[in-house]
Amino acid sequence: MHANGPPETEDTLWMLIVGPIIWAVHFLLCYITAAIWCAKVVAPVGSLGGARTAVGVYTVLALVGIGISIVKAYRQHTFGEATLPHDYDTAADRHRFIGYATLLLSSLSFVATAYVGAVAWFIGDCA
Amino acid sequence: MSADPQDDPRYREAQAQRLLAAWKTPTGWRYWSAVNNTEVGLWYTAAAFLFFLFAGVLALMMRAQLAVPENELLSAGFYNQIFTLHGTVMMFLFAVPIFEAISILLLPQMLGCRDMPFPRLSAYGFWSFVIGGVFVCGSIFFDAAPRSGWFMYPPLSTQFEEGLGPDIWMLGLSFIEVAAIAAAVELIVGVLKCRPPGMQINLIPLYSWYVLVVAGMILFAFPPLIAGDLLFELERAADWPFFDPSRGGDPLLWQHLFWIFGHPEVYIIFLPAIALVAMIVPTFARTPVVGYSWIVLAAVGTGFISFGLWVHHMFTTGLPSISLGFFSAASEAVAIPTGVQIFCFIATVLAGRLVRAVPMLFVAGALAIFVFGGLTGVMVALAPFDFQAHDTYFVVAHLHYVLIGGMLFPVVGGLYYYFPAVMSKKLSDRLGRVAFWLMFIGFNVAFLPMHLSGLRGMPRRVFTYPGDIGLDGLNLISTIGAFVLAAGLALVTWDLVRPKRRQEYSPRNPWNAGTLEWIGQMPDPPWGVRSIPVVRSRYPLWDQPDLMRDVDEGRFYLPDAVEGKREALITSTIDATPVQCIRLPGPTWLTPLAAVFTGGVFILSTYHLYWWAVASGVLAAAVILVWLWTGTAPVPEKRDKDVGLGLRLPLYLSGSQSVGWWAMFITMIADMTGYAGLVFGYFFYWTVGDDFPTDPAAGPGVLWPSVAAALLLAAWVCMLLARRWNARSARGGLYVALATAMALSAAGSGALLAAPWITGMDPVSHVYPAIVWVLVIWTAAHVLIGMIMQGYCLARAWAGRLTAEYDIDIRNVVLYWHFLAITVAVTVTVIAGFPLVV
Repeated sequence: MHANGPPETEDTLWMLIVGPIIWAVHFLLCYITAAIWCAKVVAPVGSLGGARTAVGVYTVLALVGIGISIVKAYRQHTFGEATLPHDYDTAADRHRFIGYATLLLSSLSFVATAYVGAVAWFIGDCA
Repeated sequence: MSADPQDDPRYREAQAQRLLAAWKTPTGWRYWSAVNNTEVGLWYTAAAFLFFLFAGVLALMMRAQLAVPENELLSAGFYNQIFTLHGTVMMFLFAVPIFEAISILLLPQMLGCRDMPFPRLSAYGFWSFVIGGVFVCGSIFFDAAPRSGWFMYPPLSTQFEEGLGPDIWMLGLSFIEVAAIAAAVELIVGVLKCRPPGMQINLIPLYSWYVLVVAGMILFAFPPLIAGDLLFELERAADWPFFDPSRGGDPLLWQHLFWIFGHPEVYIIFLPAIALVAMIVPTFARTPVVGYSWIVLAAVGTGFISFGLWVHHMFTTGLPSISLGFFSAASEAVAIPTGVQIFCFIATVLAGRLVRAVPMLFVAGALAIFVFGGLTGVMVALAPFDFQAHDTYFVVAHLHYVLIGGMLFPVVGGLYYYFPAVMSKKLSDRLGRVAFWLMFIGFNVAFLPMHLSGLRGMPRRVFTYPGDIGLDGLNLISTIGAFVLAAGLALVTWDLVRPKRRQEYSPRNPWNAGTLEWIGQMPDPPWGVRSIPVVRSRYPLWDQPDLMRDVDEGRFYLPDAVEGKREALITSTIDATPVQCIRLPGPTWLTPLAAVFTGGVFILSTYHLYWWAVASGVLAAAVILVWLWTGTAPVPEKRDKDVGLGLRLPLYLSGSQSVGWWAMFITMIADMTGYAGLVFGYFFYWTVGDDFPTDPAAGPGVLWPSVAAALLLAAWVCMLLARRWNARSARGGLYVALATAMALSAAGSGALLAAPWITGMDPVSHVYPAIVWVLVIWTAAHVLIGMIMQGYCLARAWAGRLTAEYDIDIRNVVLYWHFLAITVAVTVTVIAGFPLVV
């Protein structure tokens, strides 16, 4: 029924890197927040306090964003009735492939973001 | 009578002759003016391999010195030069360039494209690379090589190293980094816009996924190092105190900028080599790769996460433990995608029927060694373990396991695999097998003991060590292994260069591969591909019957060169629908000449011959302008042409549809990354310094920066108007807008430079005025380039080469100005605004 997928203009490669970009932004924010906190707020040693809360908030927001990307990607991957490996020269398989690759990349980003966020769980001060 | 003219062999022969004439390789001494990817790629590969052999000899000298304790074979000073140059050459002149070289050589073949989209840019990059490389390597013969290790940490390199060594390093390598960025631009556009019709994004060869990721990484990794080089050279040459703590500077900024480059660089080296593995394994497993999408995940995921690792080289610098934690977490996370692709390769081998061959032998060896190095990598990614192993031979062992397993073995496997595709003859199976075992055994004998010598406390970079502290035997074994490894590489080298005149040509597609680069004839004429096929599969040679015959008989696109021009297809990004027939430039001396003069800027600056350097820079700019004027965006003699299979395509596209626009966009991304490195520096000094901005702020005040911003943003608006009036063929408006923009640009950059000048900011006195000056100079230099572009557009319009229809020049220049407007806005906000809020 879905032999034809959406036209080329409706797919974009940028979708692939939404998850990794959220990871990168989250990572930078965590790093910068902690660096400024430890250098300017409580320098040179002291409790991370507010910085930990901030990292927690960033992490929740990032995971929600990546989660949305995962859901969208999963829908795109399961478009129509076809199974992996999405290697036909049809618009539908191209559409599914981009969805599947996005699904994988977003899942990796989810894990990697959780790793980085978890650091603030374990470390409480600027030592 | 046949309906299809391609059925007539005489007609096909006439077509082939015209194609050959258009793509003819120049002969005699003119051979060196070639720009075609098959020539430039070959020179590039050969040059990178020669630098590799040179650095290998340096390594053997080091091992000879370390064979026994208290050895006096080499002096400490000379040893310092050797290990510095060994690391530098291996990283900058072999590991990264060999990727560019192999990609320029093979990517067009894999994509059934006749050449890269900017052949002259590749040639320029190659000549820059050779000139810079010879300059850096040559220094050791004059006892002038750098001596502070391949990462050149200040203050050792800025305050305690006499001579020109660090300058040679900085300027020589900056020049080569420019070449790397040129290659990145070329490769990204190549993968996205130069595919064969039908090769949708889900069908592209895995190699091109890796190329896309790696070229993207170069854009974000290399510019911060160029920014760091700029600061470094300003400190060395003009005493601006960026890394001098007594005047507010901080040597750690160099470490940050260096490793923001240096860690992704490891993956920039590793991913293209593993990309070769991704091409080799399915061929010998006789089955499509298992987990194509997972490998895409691995390539893209690694590309991103590798940027979150840089501080793991700085675990012992005293950063807060939470910062170490973030980078440690990312360092562990990167192991996931790295591992995924290896499982995909193993699964492919298990799913198929493995054919034994020399390239697979190297692949197997590579995976074994790399996995070992990867596991010690997970160990040193843990900060507490790293505290112990830091700067010991354990790290030396780890990095060689990663780089030799992850890069050298796959590349040698790739040489054996792809040699017939390039040279039309096979390398020797027998020599290959012997070389493999020598290399594999030699490597492990050399580097496995280093883990132990490191854990026993042997530091890196010592020219000798005392006897009887448990290091003698281990070092002697390492030295023996190093020479066995070298014997294997000597054998590979011999196999590459041994005369092969009497050897028969390889059969076509000798390994029965499925991908497009094997479609060529043996020997292959210089046209790249006889006609550009329609691709419907990831493995077209396996899945599309008669493909080879139909390509040979010119039954696809562009089987002819009626106008005698070099032509290729430009296709859309996702579905590879043909959109344009592009005319590619032919041989020229302009590119080597431009590279020579560009090299002059860097090399003459090393010796503080600044006026000569400026003269060389002016000549380089002049040659590049001639190159642009005569060679780029030519106005075609007709609007469109028949490219075969009943398709007519335009010969000229501008704006975001043109490859030139993409090249400008990508270049400016790299440019902005370098600029971001400098802005990072500004805020870094703020976080580490108690007196930044100096109190009371010495300048630059608000007035002059604001005036500059107003003038330069007005110049940008004039550029928008110029583009609009050009589109409406309002010639007068175009001239007025461009001329006004030029005047505003000149006034604006003057006002910007006046800001720190009038407020008397002395860049030698403290890091605060120094970093403000750097941001101002960077911005003003970009405005100067923007003015040259405005003048160029004026001249093009005057000459009738810039019109409403043929408007590539103005569209690309306006794109440049968009980025310049951002640069101006950020510079002014930072230098004028930030002192107000802190």
